[in-house]
Amino acid sequence: MTGRVVLALAGAAALAFPLVAPTYHTLLMLPFMAYGVVLLGLNLLFGYTGLVSFGHALFIGVGAYAGAFLTGRLGVRHLEAIVLVAGVLGALVAMPVGALCVRYVKIYFGMLTLAFGMVFYTFLLKFYRLTGGDEGMPVLRPFLLGQDLGGMPKTDYLAGPYYYYSLAVLVAAACCMWRIVHSPFGLCLKTIRDNPVKAETLGVSVTRYRWYAFVISAAYAAAGGALLGPPTGNVDPTLAYWTHSGNIVFMTLLGGFGSFFGPLLGAFVFIYLQDFVMSLVPYWRLVFGAILAAMVIFAPGGLMGLFARRRPVEVARG
Amino acid sequence: MSGVFHAAILFLVAAGLQVVFGVQKIFNLACGSFYALGAYVGVSAVQAFTSAGGPPWLFVLPLAAAGLGVGAVGVIVERGLLRFVYDRDETFQLLLTFALVLMMEDAIRLTWGTAPRSTSALYLTYGQVRILGAIVPVYNLIVIGASLAIALGIGWLLTRTVFGRIIRATADNREMAEALGVNMGRVYAKVFTLGTALGTLGGALVIPATAAMSEMGIDLIVEAFAVVVIGGLGSMRGAFVGALVVGVLRSVAISVYPELEMLLIYLIVIAVLVLRPRGLFGGAAA
Repeated sequence: MTGRVVLALAGAAALAFPLVAPTYHTLLMLPFMAYGVVLLGLNLLFGYTGLVSFGHALFIGVGAYAGAFLTGRLGVRHLEAIVLVAGVLGALVAMPVGALCVRYVKIYFGMLTLAFGMVFYTFLLKFYRLTGGDEGMPVLRPFLLGQDLGGMPKTDYLAGPYYYYSLAVLVAAACCMWRIVHSPFGLCLKTIRDNPVKAETLGVSVTRYRWYAFVISAAYAAAGGALLGPPTGNVDPTLAYWTHSGNIVFMTLLGGFGSFFGPLLGAFVFIYLQDFVMSLVPYWRLVFGAILAAMVIFAPGGLMGLFARRRPVEVARG
Repeated sequence: MSGVFHAAILFLVAAGLQVVFGVQKIFNLACGSFYALGAYVGVSAVQAFTSAGGPPWLFVLPLAAAGLGVGAVGVIVERGLLRFVYDRDETFQLLLTFALVLMMEDAIRLTWGTAPRSTSALYLTYGQVRILGAIVPVYNLIVIGASLAIALGIGWLLTRTVFGRIIRATADNREMAEALGVNMGRVYAKVFTLGTALGTLGGALVIPATAAMSEMGIDLIVEAFAVVVIGGLGSMRGAFVGALVVGVLRSVAISVYPELEMLLIYLIVIAVLVLRPRGLFGGAAA
């Protein structure tokens, strides 16, 4: 019950945020919401299926570059279409990649995803005629619900319509994911995570279900990636670099991968804390590395794990 | 030939990765950071040496000493951080080494600044020779020789000494070795320090040829990663062959079709993982 109250409060706060908070903080919410979509997908794989991908930045890159290509090269400016195409493209790329990756678990799964991520990164970096190389590509301002808002000043556009658009996408994505993890399909994934042998004996095709989870999470990552481009107006290959994959796994762990909303909390804390630390010293990695090390050693359940200490929760397998 | 030089450096870093993975079952993402650390300390050591009036032709001595000495960082990392997570899921171990990557990158920036550091013009101190029509700096040959000697030395350590026997026993069956009276904490600390020292030495030896940059670590880790995947995780022979494959292929690709350079390496990595996930020499003893 308290969970619902907290959720309602968080929702109300998100709705009222642009009205009360300074524009600067509203703009910081944009990457949070984009990463929120990404992490919902990543957590299906990490928290619910027990597979840690160190190459999910690949799909963020696919989504972000899809946005750049659609707006810049192909003249498609509707954000609905961009997010949809990004998600579909992410899923299409994930199909063959996933089919190869899900045959392995643990460290080999992580390494194989990392290798695929780096293939895409190198592709983006080296084929500069197509992708703009290390300078990346511009993302033109997308239309929202068919409205061309080109006349608006950039911050008004981002802090107003684009904010609510991202929020709507995040809420829709969260609702879908809630349905997925609470369906029989979601239960099968958890069974696979906890005991793959038993799942197989019970008639669950472990590899196939892992593949489904991989493809769905890739579609989410790509859709979230498409939302990352417009606020900065540019996409570059570092979006697909392996440290970026590491950062999103970090966000998930920070919030707590044992719970549905943990990763969202993690993304929120990560982005605001990063901004705060960078306003004090330029060495945010030093601080964040120390935080990550402390989390791994002392609080593997993440922030959600700390809050829920009193209740029996499922955290930290092994 | 520059490919072989690169392979020699890669071998050192990859060997550090392998020995740690083989015994402790931890895939150390921070091995690239140790490499970067070794490079910076190496530059500083050489600069201190020359400004103290040391003869330029002896610069490899402080360089190698610095590279090996800073490997002592490994003890601190192992005792201070890693020993808490040996019983955890390997995801947490991986993330802890990722935390190290983040911390060390900024620690290096904090200490040495963001501008690239290099040892000025010591690279050609030993002159150049002509081998098979190509002009090769003698320094490259020294590094290749040193790397070969270290490869043999590790082989000797692992197969011919008591310590090597203990390491191999631990790699095979940790509980059994512990039950037979092996002090696991000390073995792990030593192994991790050995792995770290190999990485830092690799970093120190590369800097006469290139400048030390703060990103060099996170770039190298993906190459070292390619090496160990191609060779097989945990295998020393694998690291040797893998380093040669990656180093030589890279220099060939750069001269033939530069766009393909790293792409080719990753495609080979994926092919190996898909066709032969244990790598070319997987399953062999550490």
